[in-house]
Amino acid sequence: MAKVTFITNNNEAIVLEGTTGSVMALAVAHNVKGIDGDCGGVCSCATCHVHVKPEDMVKTGQASEIEMDMLELADNSNEYSRLCCRLELSDDLDGVVLTVAK
Amino acid sequence: MQKSKIPDPFEKSRIEMGIGKMDDQNDPVTMLLRHKDVRKTAHNYKTFQSAAQPGRIVIPSEVNIRKTRQIPFELDPPVHGLYRKVLEPWFKRPLEEDYSNKLKAQINSLVDEIITKEKFEVIEAFALVLQSRALTLLLNTSFEEATTWISWGTHVFRSEDTNLDADKANILYDYIDKQIDKAIENPSNDLYSVLLATKVDGVKLTKEQVKGVMVLTFAGGRDTVINAITNAIAYLSEHQESLERFRSEPEIINNAVEEMIRYFSPLTQMGRVVTEDTYVCEHAVKADTRVSLCWASANRDAAVFQNANELIVDRKINPHVGFGFSHHNCLGATHARLIMRILLKVLAEKVESIDLFEYKENVEELGDFKRKVGYDYLNARFNASKK
Repeated sequence: MAKVTFITNNNEAIVLEGTTGSVMALAVAHNVKGIDGDCGGVCSCATCHVHVKPEDMVKTGQASEIEMDMLELADNSNEYSRLCCRLELSDDLDGVVLTVAK
Repeated sequence: MQKSKIPDPFEKSRIEMGIGKMDDQNDPVTMLLRHKDVRKTAHNYKTFQSAAQPGRIVIPSEVNIRKTRQIPFELDPPVHGLYRKVLEPWFKRPLEEDYSNKLKAQINSLVDEIITKEKFEVIEAFALVLQSRALTLLLNTSFEEATTWISWGTHVFRSEDTNLDADKANILYDYIDKQIDKAIENPSNDLYSVLLATKVDGVKLTKEQVKGVMVLTFAGGRDTVINAITNAIAYLSEHQESLERFRSEPEIINNAVEEMIRYFSPLTQMGRVVTEDTYVCEHAVKADTRVSLCWASANRDAAVFQNANELIVDRKINPHVGFGFSHHNCLGATHARLIMRILLKVLAEKVESIDLFEYKENVEELGDFKRKVGYDYLNARFNASKK
């Protein structure tokens, strides 16, 4: 079980819990604004772009090469950027805070 | 297992040169063939612009048959972003449950009708009908309008003997003009009326701008959706095991749709006009010439996709560019994805297997390259599930 906090573009904090699947799927299932997950999680659209709270990067780890290539050309990308379709829910992610990218 | 194959004609050039060349009505095109170059160039709107003369970034060029600027497609940031932002919520409506239920009802009913036939022509009797009916949902207009669109045939701009058909294009433009006038007289909840009431930066869209959005909506989602549906039918006829997997593992349908979009690449390429002398993939290109982002080639780049020439229905990581890339990624992609997801689900539920009969491939001539993009005609039969 992981508790994940999403901060949306209007600064609303949404706390969700999940056990399996991707963080993107969790966000889409609960209509978190700004996380569309258009491609369903195959890393082709970047509509699930989030900024990980810097101290939580240790929980999420770094992006893979394919994800980095995608993020490199995404708007407002920075060193804390991740595509949350690439984040699998697990105990390791518990407490992570993700800000939805603009 | 050959009928449904879509070969990759770009491989040798992609590996050896990274580019290809083709002429198009005396306005030659340097085609970018590698995934990385295609994505980077798509992102660099300052040097590779979309806001050129209307019709010029399309290949084959439509400058001789179209004066209306397609919006937001033929604009560049930051102006592009202003229009895209106001249009996006409408084009995301396919994510709503009601929209999805209506589309599912449409596709169920069409498959129920077609499954009774001994033989049918996939493009005219199925793909065109499905695409046209689904478009009534995207436009939020009456279901009966689809009959008119079906009567236009498969191509909005092209006819059998010519690549660009001004008469056909005018049918579409005249139709849209009339619909806009109707919406001005009697506003409703359809896309025409919504656009007429839309403001960008505090200013209402003009009739010409509304027309620009409507032309894009009609033209962008016609051949492409028809090709995707038709190619999917051809593929499933030779891969009954995939239909079985969609029945037993419906969770892979999303992956299958993305993979089909990658493998089929229903839109081969899109152009940009170069704004300054520069280099692409170490080749010089001059200002005011055209390059193209060859989605079909990028989607087979072995540097990115393992077994790139195989359609792997459960491919997990799939950074394809079948819906374009960056600012101008396909506005209708949400609608197109939903069509394909529901289609695969309905076929898996109702159809045991598909037989193919006579067919003719639709092969694009692109300079040195010849690319199969779909079919001119394809005859088939759906064999109903036994249960």
